[in-house]
Amino acid sequence: MSVAKVGTRTDFPAEPPEHPTAPYLRMERIPHVWCPGCGIGTVVQCYATALGRSGVDLDKASVVSGIGCSGRAAGYLKLDGFHTTHGRAIPFATGLKLGRPELQVTVFSGDGDLTGIGGNHFIHAARRNMDLLVILINNFIYGMTGGQNAPTTPLSARSSTMPFGNFEPPFNVPHLAASSGAAYVARWTCLHIRRLTWTLEEAIQRRGFRLVEVIAPCPTLYSRLNKLGTGLDGMSFYHDNAVIRHGADTRELAIDFQKGIVCGKFVDEEKPTFSELMDEHYGRVLGEKYVPMPASGGWQHG
Amino acid sequence: MKADPAGVLTGAHYLDGDFACGEGAMAAGCRFVAGYPITPSTEVVERIARRFPLMGGTFIQMEDELASMAAVVGASWTGSKAMTVTSGPGFSLMMENIGLAAMMETPCVVVDVQRGGPSTGLPTMVGQGDVMQARWGSHGDYEVIALTPQSPQEAFDLTIDAFNLAERYRVPVMFLMDECVGHMTERVVIPEPGAIEVVPRALTAKPPAEFEPYRIDGGTIPEFARAGDGYRFHTTGLTHDERGYPVMSAGCQESCVRRLLDKIQGDADRIVRFEEEGTDDADVVVVAYGITARVARLAIEQARRQGVKVGFLRLIVLWPFPEKRIRELAGSVGAFVVPEINYGQIVLEVERCAGGRCDVVSVTHGGGAVHDPAKITGEILAAGAVAA
Repeated sequence: MSVAKVGTRTDFPAEPPEHPTAPYLRMERIPHVWCPGCGIGTVVQCYATALGRSGVDLDKASVVSGIGCSGRAAGYLKLDGFHTTHGRAIPFATGLKLGRPELQVTVFSGDGDLTGIGGNHFIHAARRNMDLLVILINNFIYGMTGGQNAPTTPLSARSSTMPFGNFEPPFNVPHLAASSGAAYVARWTCLHIRRLTWTLEEAIQRRGFRLVEVIAPCPTLYSRLNKLGTGLDGMSFYHDNAVIRHGADTRELAIDFQKGIVCGKFVDEEKPTFSELMDEHYGRVLGEKYVPMPASGGWQHG
Repeated sequence: MKADPAGVLTGAHYLDGDFACGEGAMAAGCRFVAGYPITPSTEVVERIARRFPLMGGTFIQMEDELASMAAVVGASWTGSKAMTVTSGPGFSLMMENIGLAAMMETPCVVVDVQRGGPSTGLPTMVGQGDVMQARWGSHGDYEVIALTPQSPQEAFDLTIDAFNLAERYRVPVMFLMDECVGHMTERVVIPEPGAIEVVPRALTAKPPAEFEPYRIDGGTIPEFARAGDGYRFHTTGLTHDERGYPVMSAGCQESCVRRLLDKIQGDADRIVRFEEEGTDDADVVVVAYGITARVARLAIEQARRQGVKVGFLRLIVLWPFPEKRIRELAGSVGAFVVPEINYGQIVLEVERCAGGRCDVVSVTHGGGAVHDPAKITGEILAAGAVAA
């Protein structure tokens, strides 16, 4: 009787089995630009998994990013992907959605892009209940440009432009979205893998303006400037100090420097989107004269 | 392809230039407009907001001009013909995403009904001070096409041409109206849909596996796939390769940006458009555009009555500039006279092309009114006296 010895197997496949997320990624673009220990990668993984589980037609799914580290996500997802200008992912996505209403449009970008330079678009898209899923990665800092202060930097945290600590009050992002009219608002940290994936899967299937904020470490800048250790230290800290409180009053979701972060789903409302309101209104006012934009697009594509 | 009858208001109308531009857009097949209110352009979108619900178009009033232009670029990637409308201050804000449209090679039309500037300037009064901004306003090197109408009829006709050029060259096309043309009301004849030639969005016939969004298979313009057709393409405002992927290198910059220039510069002879009259034996040629062309015509008649041989070159396409024709004329005329409602912008191009071979006279006006024709006549007479 012969026994196969460890180390003598010869039946390895020529290629290793495909990673389960590979079908959703542009594998030819891997490795990505993100630093070791960055929290963005897990969010991409969670989103890809959620997309697969949601059953949406991936040919009809688009992802739009602005500028910054998180803004590079559109370049790695194997969907129709648009890497746009700084702050303008939401209005670009608005045109995309309204131009071809059958598209599933996700905006994937960072805190600086979406609430700093793009803050005006963020609140107006929420006000209109534009049918967009917005994944906002909040690392409390402008990462790609070198660690400058963001509208989300907690009080007293150091950044490269607040070297003596931040004295500007930050945005409470879920509250900003909810008070502007968002239909769905949730927050997790990038180490809440299963909860985040579940939330994204649910959010993909909801409609209207949906915000999912994900807290992620920036080990290269935010953690280093604030002596918070490695990326894994940051992820573990945010995760372990998270307080899960579904349905929490969004006024109470402000984030203090290195304090517990309230996570969960805070808003989940059925309400008509911009396009539904438009169709309903014109249908009522104009009757049979109203010709809505075809789901497949205008004029030659209709 | 012929125009979609739903967008064509066939007949003879009494319309202002803004309304005529809006009708031109709808006749051209535009079905997405994003805009932000600004005088003296707002009537264009008001017209569209009223008519779009009847023809399957979507108008959205965005929160600002940054968003309007971004939404137009986004909508164009669904294959929809898309447009935004503004005036000087809004045009400044749109420059960011006009650059994106140029870099991503996104067909779209940007209407700028010019008023007096700089800054808030003269909101309700005429200017032509945005003509260089239309060409150079966004950072970096790129090319656009710009057209400029002199009447409401042309506002209609040339808007259709603007959309057709945008489709053919995959560029943002600047439509430079001015407050006078925008707000003057004249007879506008809109033809039958069957008499209106429109260029539809050409979609690639390649299967997704063989498609790359910026690959050139002959010619200078890549094939287009729209979002939602299964191509799963990527596009970016970063310098990119044929796959639409960012490549940060001088080599990629050269191949990426050079083509953005070549596709327009190399075809300039086909794009350039002007109207020329009486230049054969002219001592002086007046070069004008927009409302100033109409004022100049009066000045030319007056100068001719006084015996000056004066020709007229009316610019219809401002960018690319009719370099070749100006160079030719510079060899045979004594002077160019260039009236414009700014402190001398297009005259710089005329000077550049004339290359010192003849005089070039700038007839400036700061805005808020059109030129007194007598001022232009005086310059023609003075230039004519030197030439003769």
